[in-house]
Amino acid sequence: MTADGPPLRLLPRLDDTNRFFWTSGADGRLRFLRCQECLTYVHPPAPICPSCLGSKLTPDAVSGRATLHSYTVNHQQWIPGSQEYIIALVEIDEQEGLRLTTNLTACEPEEAAIGMAVEVVFALHDDVYLPLFRPLRRPKAPQSAPDQRGGPQKGKGR
Amino acid sequence: MSLVEPLERRAIISGIGQSAVGRRLNRSDLDLTVEACLEAIADAGLTRDDIDGLATYPGAGIGTGGFAGPGTPEVQDALRLNLSWHDGGSEGPAQMRALFAACLAVGAGLARHVLIYRTVTESTAQGTGGRQGIGASSEHEGEQSGLPRFSGFLQWYLPFGAVSAVNWIALVAKRRFHEFGLSREQLAYVALNGRKNAAYNPKAIYRDTMTLEDYLSARMISTPLCLYDCDAPCDGSTALVVSHVDYSPDTPQHPCHIHAIGTAIKGRPSWDQFDDMTTMAARDAAKSMWQRSDLGPADVQLAQLYDGFSVLALVWLEALGLCPVGESGLFVEGGDRIALDGALPLNTAGGQLSAGRLHGFGLLHEACVQLRHQAGERQVPGEPEVAVVSNGGGPLAGSVLLTR
Repeated sequence: MTADGPPLRLLPRLDDTNRFFWTSGADGRLRFLRCQECLTYVHPPAPICPSCLGSKLTPDAVSGRATLHSYTVNHQQWIPGSQEYIIALVEIDEQEGLRLTTNLTACEPEEAAIGMAVEVVFALHDDVYLPLFRPLRRPKAPQSAPDQRGGPQKGKGR
Repeated sequence: MSLVEPLERRAIISGIGQSAVGRRLNRSDLDLTVEACLEAIADAGLTRDDIDGLATYPGAGIGTGGFAGPGTPEVQDALRLNLSWHDGGSEGPAQMRALFAACLAVGAGLARHVLIYRTVTESTAQGTGGRQGIGASSEHEGEQSGLPRFSGFLQWYLPFGAVSAVNWIALVAKRRFHEFGLSREQLAYVALNGRKNAAYNPKAIYRDTMTLEDYLSARMISTPLCLYDCDAPCDGSTALVVSHVDYSPDTPQHPCHIHAIGTAIKGRPSWDQFDDMTTMAARDAAKSMWQRSDLGPADVQLAQLYDGFSVLALVWLEALGLCPVGESGLFVEGGDRIALDGALPLNTAGGQLSAGRLHGFGLLHEACVQLRHQAGERQVPGEPEVAVVSNGGGPLAGSVLLTR
């Protein structure tokens, strides 16, 4: 079975800039720094908004939903005895190009597909809530409901 | 092309040198560097007294595990050079930074003969162990659990086991599989082509025959990249002498002219936030190179494209306009087009996949050997006069157009 990630988690060093992000999962919500003037999400955290150069940036919660942009199954045993795990690149639903490198959990490699809908789930290690992603679990819906996600690719922009 | 003559055209590569190259040579990085440098200086018809500039990438103390090689102070002191100008550092257009800095120093009159070098001892450093991830050799101090903690850009990758460039580039490769229908059967030909050419390179790390079956059955490292998609760590040093173009009549060997350099990065300088994950900075560097040239992709007669991971050579083929975007897999499939006698010979000494991870400078060296028409059994036919060389992957990219 595919592991949720590496057997040993190398963790970020928390500071005043990144603490909100790495502890955001304490209440189950994923947060990004957001410009309160033009509403652009800014990641990694920065002192100014790269769009409008505004300086009023505060953490805002997002839905936690994202789209799988790319992924790789790591086989190399960087740490002896580790099992295969999936490294994923996800694009956050709220903003095109807003991405996280993460792990795809509760998902076997053959079930993974670029374009699939995923949702955040947090893993607590020491004082860090790592945002991992799993296939989106929808509420029960009629069998005939078409899958609206994973459709045509988004256009490319900067 | 711009109206102003690009400054880099005032520079030539007047001399080339390379140390012994191999696995676990158990020689110091300075020892290998001095060997390469002395060879390059002599090859240029100079003595160390003529060398008034010195540059390297990435400079001492960057990375671990035999990655950096000696810094310029060590080399200056070992050779007792009297320098008018020197430079070493890791930020810039990938490993090309050292070459480009030398070209501009020569063009600006800061130095006349600049020695540049790139040295790796990654094989000796690895000893009997396997390849390590980035976190494995951390010197960061532990916090609560006693494990190392990370700041800066690594914090966004290491917690998820994305501990090596192979993981980051695998995401690029997988995206290309999705967008362009790239296949392992196509990717294989970057590795197979390199291995075929390495048979004619006595210094290459891997010279045994490799078949498509061998490639397809190799163990996976990070899907879709297998063992043979990753370059071979080695020990070795490559050195070049960059001189002012007015030295051309006096060089013992045919000089290689710097025609245009590619330095741009317009997307976000990040492994996972770049706007187009299928190309990244190669797109911008290549474009900026052509904007400084009156030549075009059709003029290129051979290519030495960075293959730290096989897929990067494909990224560069497209970025440089040597094939249409999205079609590099088709371009290399079967291997005929990129063979020594093909339309566009690629990585003629074996590339880093087979000749060894000399980290970009091995490709520069080979381009010069080919433009001098001194490559022996692996010489590209037709007396080639235009070569392109690229270095880097992800947010790191630099390219150069060399002419005979």
